[in-house]
Amino acid sequence: MEYFLELFMGGLTRGSIYALIALGYTMVYGIIELINFAHGEIYMIGAFTALITASVLAVMGVHQFAIMAIAMLAAIVYSSAYGFTVEKIAYKPLRHAPRLSPLISAIGMSIFLQNYVLLAQTSDFLPFPSLIPDFKFLEPYSNYLRPTELVILLTTAVVMVFLTLLIKFTKIGKAMRATAQDRTMAMLLGVNVNRVISTTFVIGSALAAIGGVLIASHIGQINFFIGFIAGIKAFTAAVLGGIGSIPGAVLGSFILGLTESFATGYVSSDYEDVFAFALLVLILIFRPGGLLGKSTTQKV
Amino acid sequence: MLKVNGLSTYYGNIQALKGISMEVAEGEIITLIGANGAGKTTTLMSISGIVSSRQGEIFFLDKPIHAMSPDKIVSLGISQVPEGRRIFPYLTVAENLDMGAYLRSDTENIKKDMAYIWDLFPILSQRRHQAGGTLSGGEQQMLAISRALMARPRLLLLDEPSLGLAPLVVKQIFEIIKKINTENNTTIFLVEQNANMALKIAHRGYVMENGVITMSDSSRNLLCNEAVKKAYLGL
Repeated sequence: MEYFLELFMGGLTRGSIYALIALGYTMVYGIIELINFAHGEIYMIGAFTALITASVLAVMGVHQFAIMAIAMLAAIVYSSAYGFTVEKIAYKPLRHAPRLSPLISAIGMSIFLQNYVLLAQTSDFLPFPSLIPDFKFLEPYSNYLRPTELVILLTTAVVMVFLTLLIKFTKIGKAMRATAQDRTMAMLLGVNVNRVISTTFVIGSALAAIGGVLIASHIGQINFFIGFIAGIKAFTAAVLGGIGSIPGAVLGSFILGLTESFATGYVSSDYEDVFAFALLVLILIFRPGGLLGKSTTQKV
Repeated sequence: MLKVNGLSTYYGNIQALKGISMEVAEGEIITLIGANGAGKTTTLMSISGIVSSRQGEIFFLDKPIHAMSPDKIVSLGISQVPEGRRIFPYLTVAENLDMGAYLRSDTENIKKDMAYIWDLFPILSQRRHQAGGTLSGGEQQMLAISRALMARPRLLLLDEPSLGLAPLVVKQIFEIIKKINTENNTTIFLVEQNANMALKIAHRGYVMENGVITMSDSSRNLLCNEAVKKAYLGL
């Protein structure tokens, strides 16, 4: 039972991180129908920013909680700036181009950012400081719930609630949904579509940065390549749940995270990816639009 | 109020509008009639700034708007109800109306205008929490007009409001258009294929063929014109 709980919590943790990244994929796809392949790199840049900030602050002897908060904030701001700029440079000029062009541009951006970090930093794994303290009250449950896992789950839950409120009730949230459903009509009502698209990239990047910092302090090491793998997994989760759907991305992420965790625990860690992608194939056979995806039937 | 001067619009190499000129005075109902593909929708989309014009000028209240972005044009007081209604299918009826007031921040007056809409269309009030996509065609047209009114426009552009609706509903929609014009003194620019109905409520009309304005006269004269009768009224 304890082993099961350990795997379950591990799965939820993975799912949370996937969800934080997958939301960026799905929101961007919802608005401009682009798979932003550079999104994983934004997550990686978030982790690196936090690492650098935390290292500097640690040398200065700042309190651990303050380090955590400032590093997280720095990562969010820095990653958001990257997301914003990537959209302006790599996607906006191609908005009226055939759909393949921005896709290639996204792949190019992903390779560029990876190599930029590789050159600016190093190709080795760098140790990431554990920013999250060992909570005393968690000791009785330490066999299956680590402090970092608890923080990841709670942070993700809070972020999801905020995102839901933002999308549902604020002006910009409504504008985002309207733009996703009919861009021309949104323009006719006075929505500045460029600003909505930029906002979407900024929000998605901020979420990815949060995920990057959390998982880095959970695992304890990062390198320039973490964004690629996490990005592919989160993208899989977004497709699993139905790309373009926000609840779908979250559901898909948790299903993927739990599947991987149980496959690793009960079968073998070698089969982690096999199970993850077999699940994707199975779901797409029966529901081509993903679990919560909209039906893609088109009237001709 | 609105002045279009030698407007030309292209889609790639195809010229959709060939130097059209027209004028709309404050408080008028103007109609633009013509066959499919004549360039009527392109005219409206050019005025709204969605399609960029290559030549010519558009003035609204003496301000040049042909180089403005769509959101600036809306903020000056031009709203459009586009062809096919384009209701946001997954937003609720109330949220669709909220989007109409997107550029406004006078919360109190927005509430009042919303109440006015519920009063004007009780059926929309009953369905305010329903997704826009679940409404019938007539209800969607009411919602589309209401959504445009939420911006408190001075000039309302209507593109084929009768398209695909039952005759009884068409009559109702035209009555509402007339009411908006007389009660709020909103100027109306109506694009229609249903020339008969449109000319009956409009003060003046323009006839468009292949991107060129071929006739311009009072509605009464156009209704009696032999060429118009033959081509657009089916008489």
